[in-house]
Amino acid sequence: MIWFYIPVLIVLSILAFVGGRALASRRAVAAGVKPHSRPSQHGLYALIWVGVPALVVLLAAGIFSNNIAAQTLRAGAPDSVVQLEPFRRDAFFSDARLVGAGRQPQQIWPAPLSSDLIVEGRRAAAIHQTLTWGAAVGALIASILGGLFVFMRIRPDLRARNRVESWIGAVLFACSAVAVLTTVGIIFSLLWDSLRFFQSVSPLEFLFGTQWSPQIAIRADQVGSSGAFGAVPLFAGTFLIMIIAMCVAAPVGLFSAIYLSEYASRTSRAVVKPVLEILAGVPTVVYGFFAALTVGPVFREFFNGAGALLVGGPLDGMGQYLMLVQNQMALVAGAVMGIMLIPFVSSLSDDIINAVPQSLRDGSYAMGATKSETVKRVLLPAALPGISGALLLAMSRAIGETMIVTMAAGLAAKLTLNPLDTVTTVTVQIVTLLTGDQEFNSPKTLAAFGLGLTLFLVTLMLNIVAQKIVQTYREQYD
Amino acid sequence: MTDATPDMISKGAVGADQARAGKLQAGLKKRYGKERRFKLYGVLAVAVAVGFLVLLLGRIIAQGHTAFYAHEITLPVYMDASRIDRSYPQGTNFELLVAEQELARLGIADDAAGTKATAMRSLFSSELKFRAADLVRENPGLIGQTVTIAAPASDEADLYYKGEITKATPADQRRLSDEQIGWLDRMKTGGAVRTHFNGALFTNGDSTEPELAGVLGAVIGSALMLLVTAVIAIPIGIGAALYLEEFSPRNRLTDLIEVNINNLAAVPSIVYGLLGVALFINWMHLPRSSPLVGGLVLALMALPTIIIATRSSLKAVPPSIREAALAMGASRTQTVFQHVLPLAMPGVMTGTIISMAHALGETAPLLLIGMVSFVPGIPHSVAEPTGALPSLVYIWENASERAFHERTAAAIMVLLAFMIVMNAAAIVLRRRFERRW
Repeated sequence: MIWFYIPVLIVLSILAFVGGRALASRRAVAAGVKPHSRPSQHGLYALIWVGVPALVVLLAAGIFSNNIAAQTLRAGAPDSVVQLEPFRRDAFFSDARLVGAGRQPQQIWPAPLSSDLIVEGRRAAAIHQTLTWGAAVGALIASILGGLFVFMRIRPDLRARNRVESWIGAVLFACSAVAVLTTVGIIFSLLWDSLRFFQSVSPLEFLFGTQWSPQIAIRADQVGSSGAFGAVPLFAGTFLIMIIAMCVAAPVGLFSAIYLSEYASRTSRAVVKPVLEILAGVPTVVYGFFAALTVGPVFREFFNGAGALLVGGPLDGMGQYLMLVQNQMALVAGAVMGIMLIPFVSSLSDDIINAVPQSLRDGSYAMGATKSETVKRVLLPAALPGISGALLLAMSRAIGETMIVTMAAGLAAKLTLNPLDTVTTVTVQIVTLLTGDQEFNSPKTLAAFGLGLTLFLVTLMLNIVAQKIVQTYREQYD
Repeated sequence: MTDATPDMISKGAVGADQARAGKLQAGLKKRYGKERRFKLYGVLAVAVAVGFLVLLLGRIIAQGHTAFYAHEITLPVYMDASRIDRSYPQGTNFELLVAEQELARLGIADDAAGTKATAMRSLFSSELKFRAADLVRENPGLIGQTVTIAAPASDEADLYYKGEITKATPADQRRLSDEQIGWLDRMKTGGAVRTHFNGALFTNGDSTEPELAGVLGAVIGSALMLLVTAVIAIPIGIGAALYLEEFSPRNRLTDLIEVNINNLAAVPSIVYGLLGVALFINWMHLPRSSPLVGGLVLALMALPTIIIATRSSLKAVPPSIREAALAMGASRTQTVFQHVLPLAMPGVMTGTIISMAHALGETAPLLLIGMVSFVPGIPHSVAEPTGALPSLVYIWENASERAFHERTAAAIMVLLAFMIVMNAAAIVLRRRFERRW
């Protein structure tokens, strides 16, 4: 790694600052004029020119060096290694890197490979060393060149302060550009792998097919291994769980927001608000644990018990069905997800209800309306667009939520709207497809990116619509 | 609302009006009833939220508190010279040796195949073997003598001593036979069993054996990951917020950046995981399941929240501060860095800490970048494969051994404790340094 160069860089930068400052005051005294900028601003200018070029070199090395190392390693590998399956080959190279770094390989390789491993390990270490030293020397040269340039330029009439400030502005702009680059990165990485996926599976089949079984044959003659990538059952499962979650979150969240903003006393608000904040801060994996080990068994026992009562009666068929209900049902995941969304819905609605001007409330009270009448006939209609925006945001959250469904919904891709059935969701499938140990280029893993792209687009659309609604609404009363 | 209040009308005191007043009176009763019901719905909704939180925390404590203590069995062991390999003590089957001696002590005859000894052996943790081997390696003179060795009980035996398995437990839900339970009872009455604080939970890394599994590896992994996140996300986030709030001209580009940041904040976390897989692992070839990759992904995820929090606390600094500084001849940069940012810093820190706490609990992206794999031991660098606390919760929840359930709840408690500390720090910061203008 190139971290070890960082202290060197820091020392060089400090030297540049001190040197630049001293040089600036000396040259000002020698020329006998009043300099444009203070000496320390000249020092900062020198620091920037010594530090930034080196940082650029190091950053580029950090981004590209592993890639270059892997490609060089692969290009020079002996035939016995090249002929391995891609997944095994990657494992071999990662072991070679370990051996090169003087550590134990993670698996034992058979005879011809075991000797190759040592050779390749030595080569990997050499490549690594070349790249590391190359980056360090490159950074050093960049610093020296920058330093020479800047020390020649330091003069009393140099507008050092303005230059330093425009550098700072540029760096700050680059920081905010990272946010845009993240979006670009998300779109590109999702699109790139989705396109590769859609080369083997047609988008129409993916979007409208009703069969989902992403098993790809390990051997060509395996039975029932063709693999089917129709995502409709996943969309249905996601939709079902989202609806259940909203059935819990929308009324509870909305009513608690109304209670908090219109009815609650100062003290009860001081208690309830933090509780909601804690509920919002609990990691989703904890909700998942709770859903899987507490809510699931309780619900199953309840339905099985209800089924046992019904068996033999007029509703015998339903009783038989209820007795077979499993822990992993859509209802469990949906209900717990709904609870998770309560604070989200409630805090957004609270803001929106509070944004309705007091004059509307006062007008309503003056006409003799009770509080609930004011809420129902004045506040809610006025806040409706904002609240529907909040609910859309909550829906987008529910669709993208992963841990609760991974732990408490199932894996079986069934096309059903029965809340007591096991369903699977888009996010669950992304996790299952990508967490196994399989080679990366099979349609099975690429399918995860197809699903990810769909998820991203749907949530993006919901978010944009919701934000538009919330914003236009907020401006109304300002 | 169109109804007037009754006493206004009663002033008229005409017969028709009185009838109307009576109707209004009745209507008023109904309206007050509705009012009470409406308020009740609100109270119920709040009660659901509060009740659920109490239930959630209560269940986790109820399930997890037993993981904080464990049982240890202390037994005298005759170091049989004929059974111990002096040159390689680790190769000796100490567990079987102890099991056979314990059977003999309890006066139970074994069959030829040694089934009972095997059954007895499964009551001890494999830690017994390592402790015995260490003793022999350090002091070979012990061979041929009788030593007392203390070792953790196996996970199932531990569960029995904690009362989570009893003889009444259906046979398919326990791996202990009634006979083994009988032996455990006799060992306990013999005074060999001791309850102690489960230090292993805090000093060990992950393990496939529940009684030896601990959270330390995951805690350090999470800490390294948060360090990477903080180093990347905090400076970039504050820089971006400063640019957008203080420097940027109002134009199309900055509008685009703003819309972008708002949307990024609402992108599902699993999409960031996919980005991490494609960009950092497949393209940049950074090491899979390392804190470096995890930290980078979480940094991208935390960035929008940090930017939004920083912007709102920058907005809270009144313009008069800026105007005063500018009027004294400071440049825009000097104004921002010497006056506005220091004044906004408490708010910035609060927002940052809260978003870090959020990043600590994030799980989904970690699963995708490979943190579901079993990683024993304790990590030493950001480029090594490690676990993280939330992914450890996921791994343990999926484990088939029943003893992992209580440990999962315990790991959740550790995770929540860290989050509470971070949030409390944020609240204290806000209380201490917040300025109202």
